[in-house]
Amino acid sequence: MRAPRRSVVRRTVAVAAVLGTTLTLAACNQAAGGGAASSEEFPSKTVDIMVPAAAGGGWDSTARAMQKVIEDEDVVSEPVEVFNVEGGGGATGLSQLQKDEGDPHALMVTGLVMIGALEQASSPVSFEDTTPIATLTSEAEAFVVPSDSQYESIEDVVAAYEKDPASVTFGGGSAGGSDQLVVAELMKAAGADPSQMKYVGYSGGGEAIAGILSGDVAVGVSGVSEFESQIEAGDMRLLAISTAETQEVAGEEATTLQDAGYDIDFSNWRALVAAPGLSDDAKEQVTEVVDELHGTQGWKDALEANGWADFYKTGDEAQEYIDSEVDRVAALYEDLGL
Amino acid sequence: MSQFGDLMGGFATVLSPEMLLFAVIGVTLGTLVGVLPGIGPAVTIALLLPVTYGFESPIPAFIMFAGIYYGAMYGGSTTSILLNTPGESASVATAIEGHEMAKRGHARAALATAAIGSFVAALISTGLLALVAEPVGRLAVSFRATDYFALMILALVTVTALVGSSLVRGLISLLLGVTIGFIGLDGISGQPRLTFDSPVLFNGIDEVLLIIGLFAIGETLYVLVKGRTRPGQVTPLEPVRGGFMWLSRDQWRRSWGPWIRGAGFGFPFGVLPSGGAELPTFLSYSWEKNRSRGKQEFGKGAIEGVAGPEAANNASFSGVLVPLLTLGLPTSATAAVMLAAFKIFNLQPGPQLFEENSDLVWALIASLFVGNVMLLALNLPLIRLWVKVLEIPRPVLYAGILVFATLGIYSVSGTVTDILIAYGIGVLGFLMRQFDFPIAPTILGAILGPELENQFRRALNVGNGDLTVFVTRPLSLAILLLAAAALLLPYAPRIVARLRGKDPEEAKKLAFADED
Repeated sequence: MRAPRRSVVRRTVAVAAVLGTTLTLAACNQAAGGGAASSEEFPSKTVDIMVPAAAGGGWDSTARAMQKVIEDEDVVSEPVEVFNVEGGGGATGLSQLQKDEGDPHALMVTGLVMIGALEQASSPVSFEDTTPIATLTSEAEAFVVPSDSQYESIEDVVAAYEKDPASVTFGGGSAGGSDQLVVAELMKAAGADPSQMKYVGYSGGGEAIAGILSGDVAVGVSGVSEFESQIEAGDMRLLAISTAETQEVAGEEATTLQDAGYDIDFSNWRALVAAPGLSDDAKEQVTEVVDELHGTQGWKDALEANGWADFYKTGDEAQEYIDSEVDRVAALYEDLGL
Repeated sequence: MSQFGDLMGGFATVLSPEMLLFAVIGVTLGTLVGVLPGIGPAVTIALLLPVTYGFESPIPAFIMFAGIYYGAMYGGSTTSILLNTPGESASVATAIEGHEMAKRGHARAALATAAIGSFVAALISTGLLALVAEPVGRLAVSFRATDYFALMILALVTVTALVGSSLVRGLISLLLGVTIGFIGLDGISGQPRLTFDSPVLFNGIDEVLLIIGLFAIGETLYVLVKGRTRPGQVTPLEPVRGGFMWLSRDQWRRSWGPWIRGAGFGFPFGVLPSGGAELPTFLSYSWEKNRSRGKQEFGKGAIEGVAGPEAANNASFSGVLVPLLTLGLPTSATAAVMLAAFKIFNLQPGPQLFEENSDLVWALIASLFVGNVMLLALNLPLIRLWVKVLEIPRPVLYAGILVFATLGIYSVSGTVTDILIAYGIGVLGFLMRQFDFPIAPTILGAILGPELENQFRRALNVGNGDLTVFVTRPLSLAILLLAAAALLLPYAPRIVARLRGKDPEEAKKLAFADED
């Protein structure tokens, strides 16, 4: 998932409002009849999962996969709705979530990319203004080159960069997103200066792949699943993936950055958060539902189908992880001079 | 000719009652979505995704989705023609001549040439998709940033016909659009521009807001103010004599060329990863205006100006499917949502899709043909109904337009701020009409400006800031030379005449931009 930009996914839109309003109205009626919301069982009404980005991206697939599994496996008795709120790399959605303070039915999908976007947009709202429920998935970043590239390994790329940073053009999702951050992290680990990086940002996976195949971009960086079919078809060569743990990509075990000698464990994680100000009891109940979702076969299948790794942390563990990521991204932004 | 056999297999899948039912649902929904402002096919498909979770096979889902997209394209032309209120950028070019035709009593012919043209173009482009998807997809991804930049320049110099009667007014209108297009976070560095530090403007002004504001709201305000001084009714519908399917023999003769050329513009732009559906419609409009024998009719309702752009916007969709199916590249919002749908069914579009899931691919392609036949069958009889819209008393009609426009915006963004912005743009649209500035160049500027800048800066970034990158790559150079030729050729007779010492006024008649 990358911060939505206008050029490609322009007309994909959030239909939040009309749907959302109707649901909220319905919910209000229900709540009025059924007493105080906090003492109720969760869920007592429709569960809304907000996707703070356009339809069709990574957060969107995560939310829709959750919805599918919850409904297929009857995890909860109430319906689950997914809606999109586009804007500001997630900042618009996050500020909208503030309106539902204390309501466990208002959930939002988020992830690493949002940290950078909030930083970039100098957003007045931050991750502190949510109730983290669980981290769900992570996806390794892949470094790829066109199959006729001179670079045979990630070390070749680093060596070329050390010699002349301007000789290597990196390309991936929007500038300042996770794709650029992982390159910064690599160069930092290799002892080179990340601020010299030449990076071309694209607004969607499609455009980025076209940029790599056309030769505008020498080294492509994005989520593994974005490139998998190109790697399989032999159009691209995988140099390395960014996680510490290896995985199979297009039928072969991938080299990790750590294998190549760079101390990096970087993954594009996605998480589920609730509106701010949830009571401990409500948080517990939402977590139970997510626990059950996580245990289903349907969720395992969805992970597999999308090429996501299981990255499940809840409670304090999730909170700590997110906090540490916020600090890490802030430091990388500093290094990049963004 | 194995493709033919595969395609027949696809038809065998699609021509079952159940699949046809999904096609009917899709095209009907799509037509509705196209008629309503704001709500586009991408949103509709995203909303319907959960419905398809229960399907066992992805084929009916895709049949429905393709129907929605094409339906929206057919429906989009209806409001453009009848009310001058296009709901999306791909129908803006249609509105220019289409609405003039409606005002002169030729609404039925305009709607018919749009529907039949969409059909013809869809058949041609779907045929191309079936035959040449693989090689064309490969070729399209070889386009680099410098090539795109050159292509945008070529588009910019060849769409001068949009500018209308006054070059100065047209250029002001275009630059206004470019300025609006630059609002928001800069695509390359992420710096906010023209946002006045308001996070509301970080994502820029959505194209849909701009179009609804300038057209639907601007037009309503204009009618409101001018209503008393203008005749209360548009010219009554003229009966069609000696024709077939609402078009007279002469109109048929004048339409078929633009249909085919429109498809010729639409398909390649659809295939290009940064192509889009708007540019080919504007290019087709300009081409027809400059080439047509009915040139003097342009601006007063020339049928060529409806037939071409409508064919172009439909043809671009089959084009968009080429990179999506052959390479897994989603190059439009609708394609991005369809890609998400593929993933839900555990399918990975890309080089392997044609081999591993050829049943699905060919059923999808066959369904495009079937969907278009249905849309033609649905839309031609609907013309009789649609033209009744013109008989609705103006106050009621425009009140209705305002309600739907407002709802459309709210459904896009869910914020009241966007409604206010759209009304602000509406006032701008009113002033532009009042002072006789053309609207279409503003839309073109807002789309083309940022894209041109993006590609330019991308190319320079890749080329380490060296400006020669634009002339050292043969393809870019060739396109730029073509652009230079398009810019200068119309003046060639004048230049030659002047060199020969003849009266330049006489040679001027041949000029390309002679109305300016």
